[in-house]
Amino acid sequence: MLSATKTCSLIKERRISTTEALEEVLGRIRDREEDLHCYITLDEEGARQQAKLIQSRIDDGSLKGPLAGAVVAVKDNICVRDLPATCGSKMLAGFIPPYDATVTEKLRDAGCIIIGKTNMDEFAMGSTCENSYFGPTKNPYDTSRVTGGSSGGSAAAVAAGEAMIALGSDTGGSIRLPAACCGVVGLKPTYGRVSRYGLIAYASGLDQIGPMGRSVEDCGEMLSLLSGADSRDATSRQWEAVDTGAALGRGVKGLTVGLAEDYLSLCPDEEAKNAVLEAAEKLRDAGAAVEHFSLGYEKYVVPIYYILADAQASSNLERYDGIKYGYRTPFEEGQDFGQLMARSRGEGFGGEVKRRILVGSFVLSAGWYDAYYKKALAAQALLRRCFDEAFSKYDLILMPAAPSVAPKLGVYKDDIIGAYRGDVFTVTANLAQLPAMSIPAGVNHDGLPLAVQLMADRFREDLLLAAGAELEKRGGHENDEGI
Amino acid sequence: MTREYETVIGLEVHVELSTKTKIFCGCSCEFGGSPNTRICPVCLGMPGALPVLNKKVLEYAIAAGLATDCTISPVTVFDRKNYFYPDNPQNYQISQLYLPVCRDGGITIETGEEGAKSIRRIRIREIHMEEDAGKLFHDRKEGFSHIDHNRAGVPLLEIVSEPDMKNAEEVIAYLDRLRRILQHLGISDCKLQEGSLRVDVNLSVREAGDSRLGVRTEMKNLNSFRAVSAAIESERSRQIGLLQKGEAVEQQTRRWDDAKKESFVMRSKEDVRDYRYFPDPDLPPVSISPEFIESVCVSMGESYDEMVERFAKEYRLPQKELSYLTGEKALARLFEETVSICHKSGSVSNWLMGENLRLMRKEGMDAEDLRFSPEHLAQLIDIFEEGRINSTIAKEVFEVMFYEDISPEAYVEEKGLGLISDLSLLEETAAACMKDNPKSVQDYLSGKAKAIGFLVGQTMKAMGGKADPGAVKSVLEKLLSSL
Repeated sequence: MLSATKTCSLIKERRISTTEALEEVLGRIRDREEDLHCYITLDEEGARQQAKLIQSRIDDGSLKGPLAGAVVAVKDNICVRDLPATCGSKMLAGFIPPYDATVTEKLRDAGCIIIGKTNMDEFAMGSTCENSYFGPTKNPYDTSRVTGGSSGGSAAAVAAGEAMIALGSDTGGSIRLPAACCGVVGLKPTYGRVSRYGLIAYASGLDQIGPMGRSVEDCGEMLSLLSGADSRDATSRQWEAVDTGAALGRGVKGLTVGLAEDYLSLCPDEEAKNAVLEAAEKLRDAGAAVEHFSLGYEKYVVPIYYILADAQASSNLERYDGIKYGYRTPFEEGQDFGQLMARSRGEGFGGEVKRRILVGSFVLSAGWYDAYYKKALAAQALLRRCFDEAFSKYDLILMPAAPSVAPKLGVYKDDIIGAYRGDVFTVTANLAQLPAMSIPAGVNHDGLPLAVQLMADRFREDLLLAAGAELEKRGGHENDEGI
Repeated sequence: MTREYETVIGLEVHVELSTKTKIFCGCSCEFGGSPNTRICPVCLGMPGALPVLNKKVLEYAIAAGLATDCTISPVTVFDRKNYFYPDNPQNYQISQLYLPVCRDGGITIETGEEGAKSIRRIRIREIHMEEDAGKLFHDRKEGFSHIDHNRAGVPLLEIVSEPDMKNAEEVIAYLDRLRRILQHLGISDCKLQEGSLRVDVNLSVREAGDSRLGVRTEMKNLNSFRAVSAAIESERSRQIGLLQKGEAVEQQTRRWDDAKKESFVMRSKEDVRDYRYFPDPDLPPVSISPEFIESVCVSMGESYDEMVERFAKEYRLPQKELSYLTGEKALARLFEETVSICHKSGSVSNWLMGENLRLMRKEGMDAEDLRFSPEHLAQLIDIFEEGRINSTIAKEVFEVMFYEDISPEAYVEEKGLGLISDLSLLEETAAACMKDNPKSVQDYLSGKAKAIGFLVGQTMKAMGGKADPGAVKSVLEKLLSSL
């Protein structure tokens, strides 16, 4: 299977049309979707119309970008006007936003074909994509396994060719974890690089939209497309754009890479661990200096993350009350609005969402705010300082992306804490607002994808792309054949 | 033994800012409008929408702080106040708790009659910015509640005083002073009836001399200064009554019923809400530079006190006129502009406080609703004082100008209302009147000097009112004496 940028080059060279490229993807969807369940909403007809329109814009020369004609899957927590945005929840089943997210507008402007909305853990809360009201997405490598989450539908769609590239969102690893489990590249940008306007919030201070693709180049081009300050998002920042071409060709000569040993030691899976050590070797071979070091805070990052994320989520999700939109409990005589809201929320939210709302409400409540939320904010600041120090020595940090290959469906059903613990490698980047990328690193003895994670200092996505391209070039994982 | 009690009062004043657009989106702030026509995804709290601070709100808040001697915070932060209510689209209000924009100010109030005046400083604890909620309408007949979100997101300042006031008179003086200051700044129209100024009264009583504060109650729903006074008297008596009976005052929020002149419990201590305040992650902390404060300061121009002082000096107005003319900014401006054209400050003040005030009261208008221009008022004063129209006609013309802003000169011309100064015509008419009223002439000649009044009236009538009664009288006197 070709990457999105390669397919788009063929389109630009008039060797295939946008419609042909789209039909190929639709064919894959016909073959695989029933087993995998990547999508909550598919918009075949809309996609066909977009393809024609985009072809004419390519033909008249008004569309020249590297992703013109790319068939893009969009996670279902990102608003696409006139398509449902359910967030994987009964609460928003049937909710159709009358507006585009800023990233959606950017996709349209760049000539991307939006094929549909992908499955996810409810409100992006989960690491397996099993917490979806619409049922889990299955791993294209082994349908008895999960995709990782929460952007599981996007990861699986890209891996299975049901889309050329996808958008995910990452609050504590929701792009990188499923990318790792499905053998694709997942990039979480620096907090603020991509506008969150139109991203249905989970934890506003940690959420970030990012690309998931079949190549580092795809992710780099998509990142450039999505980036930029937005007057509708006060937390977005204007920063020097990433020159994808230059970054991909840079190599890693002269770069220093810190391998976070303390985090590596938390990885229970030998093969996953080895993948990291092998990646370190490859980078060294390519001219980087690799050093082992201790990053610190490995015991605290998961609790800090869940306090901050749950607290913000408890507030962000208050708006779902059955009054304005979304699920409303059946009317009963004599019901006051308090009951209406409580019942709508009780019936509309799934278990994990309720758990996080409860935890979040608790850590914000009078008497506990100082002990939990305030302390977690202080700890987050300490962690950031700790990274600042690390980046004064290293250009990149290398560590695992996931504790293991994709687990079997249902494994975490009764082990919530176990699932939370698995986030230890990914939440750090969100807490420190750093860019991080999960890169495929071959397969394990069962043929399941392995991955490693690279992190860089704020707004240094270019270094991630440089090192990622180097690892990609040096092999470990080829997905050109498809799965 | 009867105990002496003293009352301790602090106020929370909410002021609606008169910015063109809402605090976090571009919707219009204008009062009224068909329900739900001034709304967008942001002020509706739709999924994915994000708030962006309207800089004008910050400017106005700083202006209010500077005008009330507050310290402006170098960094100010928005916090979320979480509570479920259907008029609150996100079910949290964006407000400020931990780092409000202004702190530690105060205003000076004057109470008591002339000669026994008391001047006191009322401290202001803080001023913070927040968003207003929508409005609920309950249709009991149909059994429906309707929500109008036009007001949702309208910017408010909450101005919190220290408990420095002792009685209703001081409270009214504080409110009046605050209203004058804010209106002068042009940041709010401060209308209690329309809800652009809302007052919550925190009141407790204690035995005279006790330095500890008693248990306080909070009084809401006060829609006029009179209601504020009445509620203070009522609540003070209620609390003293309880204490005299040996009962305790309970911490409560009470609602004033102005028709019944009594208050009712809204919430008692047991159901005090836990608002779970935390910094809003959608809105980065706002840094306020000394340069920005300086620029606000410059744009504020003359302060309210400076204006009053200048009016007193420049126009030599008596206390009553001074207080009235500086009470509303629109009125002060109208006064000044008119005087700058006709240079007759006494006359302008007389007209504004006489005919103008009479008509304003009749129509229930505020000064800012006045439609006539200073040019036209100046013109009216000029033609009246030049003797071109008499006072009856001047009042008549004023009334037309008040409603329709006509040009008095053109109107008088068009309607032929100017005084007839043709002496021979006047003599002719007067002579005819004398001939028609021989009895009055006889009466006058026989010493009843008052009889001339009737002849003046008849002559005026014959002249269509367009003569100067003084001139008519002297013509008649001349004719009668020559008989």
